[in-house]
Amino acid sequence: MTRILFFGRTRDAAGCGEMDCEIPAAIESVADLRAWIASRDPELGAAIAAKDIRVAADQCICLNEGASIRGASEIAFMPPLSGG
Amino acid sequence: MRAFSGERDGEAGALASFVGYCRTESPNGPVNQLELDHYPGFTEKEVSRLAHSVAMRHNLLDLLVIHRIGVIPANDPVVLVAALSSHRAEAFAATVEMMDYLKTDAPFWKRETGPDGSRWIEPTAADYARRSEHSK
Repeated sequence: MTRILFFGRTRDAAGCGEMDCEIPAAIESVADLRAWIASRDPELGAAIAAKDIRVAADQCICLNEGASIRGASEIAFMPPLSGG
Repeated sequence: MRAFSGERDGEAGALASFVGYCRTESPNGPVNQLELDHYPGFTEKEVSRLAHSVAMRHNLLDLLVIHRIGVIPANDPVVLVAALSSHRAEAFAATVEMMDYLKTDAPFWKRETGPDGSRWIEPTAADYARRSEHSK
C-alpha cells in the first residue's frame, strides 16, 4: 500500500490531501505513475501532469520523469513551493 | 534564540530580524486570510537544511526561523527570521537570503482568501530572480 499526498492546487483537484493506493507492479517511474493516475481519474491526471508539479518519493524529490518510485511508501505531488 | 533576551556571547555584534505579515490587500484584491499548507516532516527537514546552508555561508553564530502553518488571519505575522553574527553585514545578508529561500524553496503552499474566493499563490518571476542571486 502506498500513501499518495497532494499539496496546494493538486489537493483541490484530488478532493483530499491523501489517499492510500495499491500501485500495480508495472508502475515503475514518475511518468508511469502520472499516466496511471490519469487513467483512473482524468481530471486529477490533468492537474498533476503540469511540468511544474514535482514528485517526491519517501520525502526525496524525483529529479526526472524516469526516476523510480518502486517500493516507495509515500509519494507526494508538489506544486511550486511558496512560503514566507 | 537567547540573543533576543540579551544573552549574547562576546562574539555577537549584530542581530538582524525580519517579520513577514499577511497583508490585507494583494494584487488580486482584498485578503481576509492566508492558509499555509505544509508537508509534515519534509517541510521541517528542508527548512533546517536551507537554514544550515545560510548559517554556514554567512558565518552566523545563530539563525532562528519560525514559520506559521494553517489559517493565518490578515494582519497576523507569518514568518520570523533572525540572524546573529559578529558584524551587521552577515546578519543582514543572511536574513534576506533565508527569506528568499523560504519564498521559493521551502515546502509550503499558500492559499489566499478574500471576499471573491480563494486562489493558490505561487512564486513570482521576481521571487525566482531574487532566489537565483544566491548560490546554494
